[in-house]
Amino acid sequence: MKKIRQRKTKQPATAYTVSAAMLLLALWLGVSVGSVKIPFHVLVDPEADEVAANILWNIRMPRVVLAGLVGGSLALAGAAFQGLLKNPLADPYTLGVSSGASVGAVATLFFGIGLFGAYTLPIFSMAGAMAVLLLVIGFARAVDRSLKMETIILTGVIFGSFLGSVLSLMIALTGEELRQIISWLLGSVSMRGWKYVWIILPFLLVGGLLLWLCRRELNAMLFGEERAHHLGVDVRKRKWMILGGGSILTGSAVAVSGTIGFVGLVVPHMTRILWGSDHRHLLPLSFINGASLLVLCDLVARTIISPTELPVGVITSFIGAPVFAFIFYRQRRKGAVRHA
Amino acid sequence: MQFGMLRVKELTGGYGAAPVVRSVSFEVEAGTMLGILGPNGSGKSTLLKMMSGLLQADSGTVEIGGRSIAEYSRKAFARQVAVLPQLQADTFSQTAYQTVTLGRYPHQTGLFAGWSDADERAVQKAMDRMGVTEYRDTEIEFMSGGERQRVFVAQALAQEAPVLLLDEPTNHLDIAHQQQLLDTVRRQATENGLTVVSVFHDVNLASLYCDRLLLMDRGEVAAIGTPDEVVDERKMERVYAARVRAGMHPEVPKPQITLLPAKEPEDRQEVIRKADFSVSREYVHLNSRIPMMAVSSAVFGAGAGWYRHFVNRNVGADYSTDDAGTEMRDWLYETGFPLTQTVAMMTAAMTEDAVIGEYGPPDAPIVVCVTAGVGNAVDASLGTDRDAYAGTINTWVIVNGHLPEEALIQGMITATEAKAKAMQTEHVLDPLTGTVATGTSTDSLLIAATQRGNRYPYAGTATELGKAIGRGVFECTAEAIRRYRNRKADFERESR
Repeated sequence: MKKIRQRKTKQPATAYTVSAAMLLLALWLGVSVGSVKIPFHVLVDPEADEVAANILWNIRMPRVVLAGLVGGSLALAGAAFQGLLKNPLADPYTLGVSSGASVGAVATLFFGIGLFGAYTLPIFSMAGAMAVLLLVIGFARAVDRSLKMETIILTGVIFGSFLGSVLSLMIALTGEELRQIISWLLGSVSMRGWKYVWIILPFLLVGGLLLWLCRRELNAMLFGEERAHHLGVDVRKRKWMILGGGSILTGSAVAVSGTIGFVGLVVPHMTRILWGSDHRHLLPLSFINGASLLVLCDLVARTIISPTELPVGVITSFIGAPVFAFIFYRQRRKGAVRHA
Repeated sequence: MQFGMLRVKELTGGYGAAPVVRSVSFEVEAGTMLGILGPNGSGKSTLLKMMSGLLQADSGTVEIGGRSIAEYSRKAFARQVAVLPQLQADTFSQTAYQTVTLGRYPHQTGLFAGWSDADERAVQKAMDRMGVTEYRDTEIEFMSGGERQRVFVAQALAQEAPVLLLDEPTNHLDIAHQQQLLDTVRRQATENGLTVVSVFHDVNLASLYCDRLLLMDRGEVAAIGTPDEVVDERKMERVYAARVRAGMHPEVPKPQITLLPAKEPEDRQEVIRKADFSVSREYVHLNSRIPMMAVSSAVFGAGAGWYRHFVNRNVGADYSTDDAGTEMRDWLYETGFPLTQTVAMMTAAMTEDAVIGEYGPPDAPIVVCVTAGVGNAVDASLGTDRDAYAGTINTWVIVNGHLPEEALIQGMITATEAKAKAMQTEHVLDPLTGTVATGTSTDSLLIAATQRGNRYPYAGTATELGKAIGRGVFECTAEAIRRYRNRKADFERESR
């Protein structure tokens, strides 16, 4: 059976317009909806309702902006990992990279390290993310040189479980900081304030820039490292840039919000289905849509069983795990058909 | 040094301590095609990997256009050398256009390098050349293997590099797509001066398409030269450790090899005898249980080949057609003979009068079958102008034995000489000149051998086989002429 699926020349302008509109809508919903409704005019005229303005600018806005930055970072990292590993199931969470970042972050709390001031946590997070990423890829490559999709994910799960135990052990040994760490581990962007926005922002810029510089190389690497080499890509250098950029994004996101799973899986996947896998557009569009998704998920997390708040990671996993299952099913079916 | 010329000097390297490729040197002229051949593990792919910079050589150099490849940056190298990968499955699908545009990557330098008109032109040209323009917005995931491979060739062409390296490019392609791909690559070399180096699995394809071949054996150069020099039975048998026969392609003067399967024990029972011939008013038919190697000047299935059905058809004296070959083909098809396995002659003589005799060794005889009509007998030595009309001597010689080609040809000479002698003995005259005829104007001759059992290296008149053929054809032809004359005499008596 021969099926031709044609995709007419995509209009990047449409993609950006739709995505940006969705983001603005998500942002507005994120700041206006809640126990206290914020009317739109407060945004332009803070004097009109000082209480509402206060809630808007000091509580809701930093929370929504942080959610957006974290969601964008994770989606961007996921898109890069998927492209580099040619694996649609890769994201910071499924690769165990988020767990690595968590261990790095918890270790700074556990050992009371304060080497870089406010940036200690994200820097150790990143180091943990990078270390685990290299271990996972190295181990998976040792198992199976062709780096099959399942091998990488299984390796990620193994490392993730092991690091989970390390976390539990450290938490059991701390005692007093226990509650703080547990709520942080579940993944949340609540009650962080503007400080956290300033923490994540520089890392987002550096990590994002590293990946942006590799957008064409990521396109070439979709055909495999050997092909990329023959097209003139300096594969070794670019791999380090992409792994580094992804680790920076993941590490800083985990440092400010804990482990929030599947954003990096769902968003690039949806973006690719809608607008194709050209990384020149996939990367920025994943960022924008990742931001929208996490803002909306956070909105649901804090309103669905109000006044109690759910950790946002619960909501993303609720959406992400079925999508994971779906992608896995489709890829395996595709592989089965191809080999038949 | 010429632009696009490639020179490999003393190249040694591999993956571990023991090098897979040892001290390989060769040159490829710009605009020519070199095929790398060799058995599995002979180092041909490793050699290509070192040439494409994917694998670091232990020692030796590869020069492109006079500069060592070590001096090129990755992008600069990709502007000189394009590599066509083996076909592979991809996780994320891209459109054909997107895929081909990646070929322009090495030409986009600088942080904010945009997409230039030159880039777009190169992509369009490459897609046009490979005939994939119509698939521009089709995702390659949904293309057939052949179409996808063409997209990747277009990607490599879009690189606009003067050198193209290919690693078994026809893997997984059916024969039509193999042909298409290699025709295109060949044209790029001939018309646009592309220098091509390709690893081949298939010796015959390499021989057909390449100007020169490099035969690798255990990491070293076993032979390099034109296909004629390299595709040689003894070299192939030694390097590949396989039983092969080499011969020329039927249409192109390039050598081709064929594999010889392991000999099965011969079935001694398969002997063709007089009793295997069936004779009727319409035709004489010999159906052999095994294919026989036949050389003939028949109407259908002439030349050399393997056949199982031999037909001598009576067409009557008033037979007339513009195209006897086509008419015969249609008749054979309607009568139910398998066309690829049949040699067929025609005659105006009565096929019922066919003379069949066994000669030579009784356990594996030489069987001769002759039908004769000598109404248009000719003395060939005089070269007289005449109209050809009905009347033919059709001679079959079936040999239960193994004959090389030269013996088959000698057998034809022997049979022809014996036929001429029979004409003389029976005193058949050329009606135009009144001299003794040597045959008729439309005679056909067939020699077929079972190619098993007795080996007959020669069939000249001094050999046992030659003697049997000579005597057999002489006796049968003479008898056939007598029968023809008797029937003619009967017919004339009756009509009177």
